Amino acid sequence: MFSRSPLSLPTACQGAKRWLIAAVLCSILLSFGQFNRYYLGVAMDVGINIILAVSLNLINGYTGQFSLGHAGFMAVGAYTAAKFSLVFAVAAPEPARPVLFLVALVLGGAVAALSGLAVGIPSLRLKGDYLAIVTLGFGEIIRVIVQNLEAVGAASGLKGIPKYTTLGWTFALASVTVYVVVSLVNSTYGRGFIAVKDDEVAASSMGINPVRYKVTAFVVGAFFAGIAGGLYAHHKQFLAPTGFDFLKSIDIVVMVILGGMGRTASVALAAVVLTLLPEVLRPVSEYRMILYALLIIGLMMARPQGLFAFGRRAVK
Amino acid sequence: MNVSQPLLSLRDLSVSYGTIKALHGVSLQVPEKAIVTLIGANGAGKSTTLRAISGLLKVQGGSVVYDGREITNELPHKIVGRHLCHVPEGRMVFSNLTVAENLRMGAYLRRDKGGIAEDVDYVYGIFPRLKERWAQQAGTLSGGEQQMLAISRALMSRPRCLMLDEPSLGIAPILVRAIFDQIVAINREKGITILLVEQNANLALAISHYGYVLETGRVILEDTAAALRQNPQVREAYLGE
Repeated sequence: MFSRSPLSLPTACQGAKRWLIAAVLCSILLSFGQFNRYYLGVAMDVGINIILAVSLNLINGYTGQFSLGHAGFMAVGAYTAAKFSLVFAVAAPEPARPVLFLVALVLGGAVAALSGLAVGIPSLRLKGDYLAIVTLGFGEIIRVIVQNLEAVGAASGLKGIPKYTTLGWTFALASVTVYVVVSLVNSTYGRGFIAVKDDEVAASSMGINPVRYKVTAFVVGAFFAGIAGGLYAHHKQFLAPTGFDFLKSIDIVVMVILGGMGRTASVALAAVVLTLLPEVLRPVSEYRMILYALLIIGLMMARPQGLFAFGRRAVK
Repeated sequence: MNVSQPLLSLRDLSVSYGTIKALHGVSLQVPEKAIVTLIGANGAGKSTTLRAISGLLKVQGGSVVYDGREITNELPHKIVGRHLCHVPEGRMVFSNLTVAENLRMGAYLRRDKGGIAEDVDYVYGIFPRLKERWAQQAGTLSGGEQQMLAISRALMSRPRCLMLDEPSLGIAPILVRAIFDQIVAINREKGITILLVEQNANLALAISHYGYVLETGRVILEDTAAALRQNPQVREAYLGE
């Protein structure tokens, strides 16, 4: 019965999750072997959505907060990275561009993380619905600011962003996101996120600082949302403020909930399914979104614990 | 009992919830290695006192002195670092973590791997049920088992003083017995000072050295546990005689 020491972390389960994710990523890469432009585009959307969903899951799933501002963080990263590229990368010699692209992405992530800090700190006193409203407000503020900022194209959008995002970049960064979130949560330090979610009072009477965990979740989550934004900007080559409204945040929340809150592998899978679903439904044209919505309702009713939430977490 | 230098002492503590005053200047002393109990009816301020000591509530007046240092209004996670640990009311275990993981969280502030493993063995020794269920999610344990886990988890922080809030609440009588036996054992074997809040005054006074009776946010009576059990006022109001 005691095949592992009672104190050891469930390492076996951790390994399984990573394999599962790797397998999904590989199969996606293989299935797009033809590299048709359309398929390629969809595959990159999948990767970007995995980053968004997995990073939001750290905030909403593991730490038990309710953020509706993920599109806002994404927008901050997207515009920062795009502006950086337009100013520096376009004029730079060809070989320097990948480096500058990485700088643009990290810069976008960093600025998004700063905005995560800015939202995280004042929101600490709020929980549940109230926190959701504050983060919703934040997302809208970002959108309105961008919409009125001439430097980033205001309402007419930011055009001419170089196409640097490739399938390789997207999935490399998606893997980094999954890896960071999984190893963060599975460390002894990271168990604190779940502890804070389960019971804040008990967590602080164990010497855990709930404030630090909540802010950390926001900062790390926002960082990766910013990275996703940068990838998105250099994939679509055009940014419009309306693309980052709260419906975008809702889309990401749906991925997290449908996947099963606090399960990284399932959330990543849900991101894959929910990105592919509207594409698969294209043949039914005008009924597409109705069918999409019905499918989501059906899936939620059939598997309220999460689409891919099999068995209990971490127990052999 | 050496009363000259108490490990924990409260002087004139007052706490309010909004405009309602819950504690009107509570003073009490907990000598090192003793079991001291706070008894009183619902709403007397027993849990409030513990929450104020551990920093979960803001203290408006008075002071909390622990181990010779003033810790009034320090942050809760800082106070744990001083080896003063609070087991909150209602068995607040981390229901999504396993039993073993819960214990690990108890040792959150510790870095001594050997000592942690030793303490895990110790708590599995006093509560064998937890060992049987080490891989189970804490939310699936029975009430009594969750209480055992909450106490064990607190022990994992190597406390010098343990504050227990209503450990018998809503637990099968047979498990209450086991839990109280172990509270006594923890006190005797490990020399851990215990401040116990309990509605079941009979049970609390049976294992304590000293007791305070709280009524509407004030200490109305204090004495050795044995004397309180003989006190006619206590017998009538709290021991149901």
